[in-house]
Amino acid sequence: MSGIWLAVVGGLVFFLGYRYYSKIIAEKIYRLDPNYVTPAHQYKDGVDFVPTNKFVLWGHHFTSVAGAAPIVGPAIAVYWGWLPAVLWVLLGTVFAAGVHDFGTLVLSVRNKGQSIGTLASKLIGQKAKVLFLFIILLLVLMVNAVFAWVIANLFISFPASVLSVFIQIPLAVWIGYHVYKRQGGMLLPSIVALAVMYLSAIVASYVPALQIDLVRYFGGEGATTLFGLNATSMAFFVWIVVLMVYVYIASTLPVWKLLQPRDYINSHQLIVGLALLYLGLLFSNPEVTAPVTNASADTSWFPLLFITIACGAISGFHGLVSSGTSSKQLNNEADARFVGYLGSVGEGALALVAIIAVVTFFPTAGEFTATYSGFAAASGAGLGVFIQGAGQLATGLGIPASVAATIVSVIVVSFAATTLDSSVRLMRYIIAELGMEYKIKPLTKTHVATTAAVVSSAALTLIPQGPKGFGSGGYLLWPLFGTSNQLLAGISLLLISIWLKRQGRNYLPTIIPMVFLMFMTLWAMIDQVTTEWAPWNEGSDWMLFTFGAIILVFTFWILITAVSAISKDKNDSIEKSA
Amino acid sequence: MEMKETFKKILQVYDEVLSLPHKQEIARELRDEEDLFLLLLYSDMLGIPNPAFYYTLELYPYIIEKFHDWHLRMGMEKSPLDGIRCC
Repeated sequence: MSGIWLAVVGGLVFFLGYRYYSKIIAEKIYRLDPNYVTPAHQYKDGVDFVPTNKFVLWGHHFTSVAGAAPIVGPAIAVYWGWLPAVLWVLLGTVFAAGVHDFGTLVLSVRNKGQSIGTLASKLIGQKAKVLFLFIILLLVLMVNAVFAWVIANLFISFPASVLSVFIQIPLAVWIGYHVYKRQGGMLLPSIVALAVMYLSAIVASYVPALQIDLVRYFGGEGATTLFGLNATSMAFFVWIVVLMVYVYIASTLPVWKLLQPRDYINSHQLIVGLALLYLGLLFSNPEVTAPVTNASADTSWFPLLFITIACGAISGFHGLVSSGTSSKQLNNEADARFVGYLGSVGEGALALVAIIAVVTFFPTAGEFTATYSGFAAASGAGLGVFIQGAGQLATGLGIPASVAATIVSVIVVSFAATTLDSSVRLMRYIIAELGMEYKIKPLTKTHVATTAAVVSSAALTLIPQGPKGFGSGGYLLWPLFGTSNQLLAGISLLLISIWLKRQGRNYLPTIIPMVFLMFMTLWAMIDQVTTEWAPWNEGSDWMLFTFGAIILVFTFWILITAVSAISKDKNDSIEKSA
Repeated sequence: MEMKETFKKILQVYDEVLSLPHKQEIARELRDEEDLFLLLLYSDMLGIPNPAFYYTLELYPYIIEKFHDWHLRMGMEKSPLDGIRCC
């Protein structure tokens, strides 16, 4: 079967979901009112509350939510065959993510543009806010650890990409100054920056001297370096330390100096990446060689699939963007469907093309199975396979595979680095907020909070042992990342359901995905904690066990909160009717 | 010709997408500067001695609406100062 068919079917499902399902949700459930005065108009202050054109807002929303996560998850999950991954991405986007992103946007718009955290304390109680802070803390900690590993791993596997990624930093600082101090436009300088980056990537693909290959510098794969570490372990260690130092500096700078200009460049990269992959797919018309399902999997797809693909099917992080910034800029309430629902469809499209790139890469099913020999092997290799697969798709456009692979790895690393920067920044704020909550004054200081964030993330990245030794096991944390992301989505869906219930509306479209997510997360975590990571089993892992157990406690906590919040509502309504 | 127009329009929307967060950041910095300015003008009302207060009061009629926005932003529903009765 041709890979184009997957894209066609996916496109059709997304189209139908947007055209019909989101319309029903908009009219019958959220009941959008075009005459409602949105917070952007009500509190218009020219800073946070600014009425914005829906196309512009969608563009901004989509570029904020799309990143490396909807690529990594699907690239791993195809281990169970392409069908389960494709189905979860399509159905998850249409019935869960769309409703979730759209719903958090509407909920926030109907509540003065407040963020999900504030709404949680309003709808459930003060305790919910602390719970919320802890879950976000857990999520950003996982994001930091996983993405630091992703970048280090790609730097080691694709050394030609290192130069371009590092060139992006001074270029971004230059754009920041150019735009801020000289009031210049940003489209042209950011396109020039992109051209310089890709040019250096192309040159580096052909000139080995420009490839910063630490493993080679340390004497090749078999060599032993300081502290008895092998060359690959040492390379992981050095890259992670470099990244953490970088991220410390980046996350304490004002956003306009580095983070925002990087985002301008990354917006182009997102468009370039999607165009490269979809056009490449159209022109190269590759065959799907991966098996439909994997009958001999060492780990069952059910329920692990639902936490392996989080972003791309449903992601709690989107709720933070929907309610944090987009809700304050919505010009008309009727635009919420376009911005929120279509934002998640955009992310679903990215996840879908990531799946296609991986499942069409190998010449035969046998080679696919050899690389994806077990769940751990798939987790370690998935992203590398995606990049090579994407490179192969790009050959349809006449770009040499090695150059395309370098460019795609530059794109993925840039996304991951920006996510890392923002999430360390977010973690710093949360640590400071918890410091305030519990009156631990030193934690409220910028450098203390940043140090705590960076050191804990670095430790978490370095501890897991992968097959390549010290620091190479960051992928083991992936299911934990997926779980904390799903938990966040679960809370947001719960809040929307409570709100709908209080309005006397049908809340099934939001409570069903919530129950589904919580059930799958709970099952997957109990399964992993008691069979894979438990200290009483062979191949146990204390760290994963501890984190898994913490997440389990949080899940139960949310479920209890949910049941008590909904039953409290029931009592209230009985009292009211009496 | 129509194609060119459409392309121009798309480019314009894209440029706006890019500049949205930047504009917001600039507006925020300007607002912070303005808040500081307001504080310098009326610090006396908050108990910080200000020798120029007598003169800055002349600006009061021009600034009263902005002052109202300011105290709302600072989380105060009503004007905190007896001297300024904006609401």
